[in-house]
Amino acid sequence: MTQPAHSSAMISLRSVSKRFGSFAAVDAATFDIAAGEFFSLLGPSGCGKTTLLRMIGGFERQSEGEILIDGESMGIRPANQRPTNMVFQSYAIFPHLDIAENIAYGLINRGLDKASIARKVAQALEMVRLEGLGNRRTNQISGGQRQRVALARAIVCEPKVLLLDEPLGALDKKLREEMQIELRQLQKTLGITFIFVTHDQEEALSLSDRIAVMARGKVLQIDTATTLYERPNCREVAGFIGNMNFFEGRISSIANGVAAVEIGPGQHVRVPAGGGSAPGQAAIVAVRPEKIDAAATMPQGNGSSGANVIKARALAGSYLGDRSLVLAQWRDGTAPISVSLQNRKALAATAPGSIIGTDSVALDAAIWLTWPVEAGVLLNS
Amino acid sequence: METIRKHLNLLSLFAVLYLAFLYVPVLLLPLFSFNDNIYVTLPFKGFTLKWYVNLLANSSLQSALWASVKVGVGVAILSTFLGLLAARAMTRYRLPFRRSIYALIMLPLVIPYMVIGVSTLVILRRGLDMDLSLWTVGASHVLITVPLSMLVLMARMEGFDRSLEEASRDLGDSAWRSFRRVTLPLVMPGIVSSLLLCFITSFDEYLLAFFLAGSDATLPIFIFSSLRFPSKIPDVLALGSLILMVSIVLVVFAEWLRRRGVSGSDSSVL
Repeated sequence: MTQPAHSSAMISLRSVSKRFGSFAAVDAATFDIAAGEFFSLLGPSGCGKTTLLRMIGGFERQSEGEILIDGESMGIRPANQRPTNMVFQSYAIFPHLDIAENIAYGLINRGLDKASIARKVAQALEMVRLEGLGNRRTNQISGGQRQRVALARAIVCEPKVLLLDEPLGALDKKLREEMQIELRQLQKTLGITFIFVTHDQEEALSLSDRIAVMARGKVLQIDTATTLYERPNCREVAGFIGNMNFFEGRISSIANGVAAVEIGPGQHVRVPAGGGSAPGQAAIVAVRPEKIDAAATMPQGNGSSGANVIKARALAGSYLGDRSLVLAQWRDGTAPISVSLQNRKALAATAPGSIIGTDSVALDAAIWLTWPVEAGVLLNS
Repeated sequence: METIRKHLNLLSLFAVLYLAFLYVPVLLLPLFSFNDNIYVTLPFKGFTLKWYVNLLANSSLQSALWASVKVGVGVAILSTFLGLLAARAMTRYRLPFRRSIYALIMLPLVIPYMVIGVSTLVILRRGLDMDLSLWTVGASHVLITVPLSMLVLMARMEGFDRSLEEASRDLGDSAWRSFRRVTLPLVMPGIVSSLLLCFITSFDEYLLAFFLAGSDATLPIFIFSSLRFPSKIPDVLALGSLILMVSIVLVVFAEWLRRRGVSGSDSSVL
């Protein structure tokens, strides 16, 4: 998880847009992808991630903007003149050719002699662990194997950038997890820049060096998995990745880089203030469920210890073994706060008053929710 | 139970009668072509091959057959080529006025041949002052077979994953090379169907040929005119039997090809 140096950008997008009439499928995307990076485009379906990928690959023409690959402007070059290869969502395995012929397809266009094509095909088959299946017909292999063929067919061409359009979407869960690990290893071994389109946030978080979160054609945030999760820059990103509690309010004061936000009459929460926030502004405080602690009794040293404390009413609790989920409401008319408590201590060792599951949460009982100031994120509303 | 059985019997009876209605006349043709009698009547008088031998000597029949084959092959190739271009445009590009263009190409299917025949005749003779020949017959046959070809090929092109063509571009093919290496092999069963369909349609088309052939008779025109002379009927039966045999071979071949194509494209759908 390293921050890429911009000098070694493999891909540069400069205000790349795709418009259909007045609708912008991709709206002024501007960012760089470093050489050797595993970069994911993450977003709900229809957010423009696939369109952006297809523009990089040369399958769609951008309405505006410029795409540079390895410092070279691609203009409107078609796919066959770009140093990219694609793994299609449907795999697009040629049904009239066998497995080896599929993998050799791109090599033939490079004018290699038969012996070196055969050698490269054999290497590629080995790399995706399909040794000995070269003579099979495409309808004689499983979905997971087809996926490997699509991968081998693309990487055998030694592209500078490999584009992957939801390549694991059609596989079942177990196979998908296996392929994720293999993909990551393959990418590390080859050192090729991967651009990976997915709507599965877990997949993106576990695989990627960096992730661009997209919605409605716009790139909302580009960061490492950790930063995206811990420091989302807007409500949409915060809500799309993982679970998040939101408290809407108004900044009442800022001191020493900490903002006090009034989220209800007389109720303040404190949160690290970012640049550009000022007293009087409407703001949202976002807190992850697992950052919040819940107790059945009022915590000691309230206020002076610096933690935020909210008194709430328990709505529901569920014991999930490794953790317990508690839903609580602190004020009528607001969304319930969800709290995820890790059950780390042995049952006997839990302090009196702590909540470890449904047993100890009485419905409608008062509970106190606390979280450290640094755990909150201040977002613009 | 009893009523079900009764229904079943009626249904079987209907099926048998229907099949007989469809195929007995066709099967009688070869039967009588071996009958040693100039009149097509029962009982059979004896087995002979002389009508088939007669065919070899009948030069006007042979020239009519040759004319129809020439026109049919030419029409099949030209219509399939045009149909392929039209089908590709229809299925692969976002065309303005796509529906209107589609409707215009399809229109000849529902215009009576009589109307097409008369209007084409007027244009060719009065408007362009052209002589009628096999060329004019061929032109009118192209008009009516392009929609058939386009229908067959559109179905085929819509049947396979578009990203196959994109994948071939991605792997370095130019547009033309991608067409040759991916599109053409995958569409080939459709092309063969289209060639056969266009050929058969042109081969036995009577009305347009009658309007536009001038002095060159095509086979249907020749056969129809032969029917006026009883002595020529057995020759026609023999010829009909031969054509029937060739058609069966062609249809079986086309079906075999289609099945092969289907099993190939199944895997492209995932």
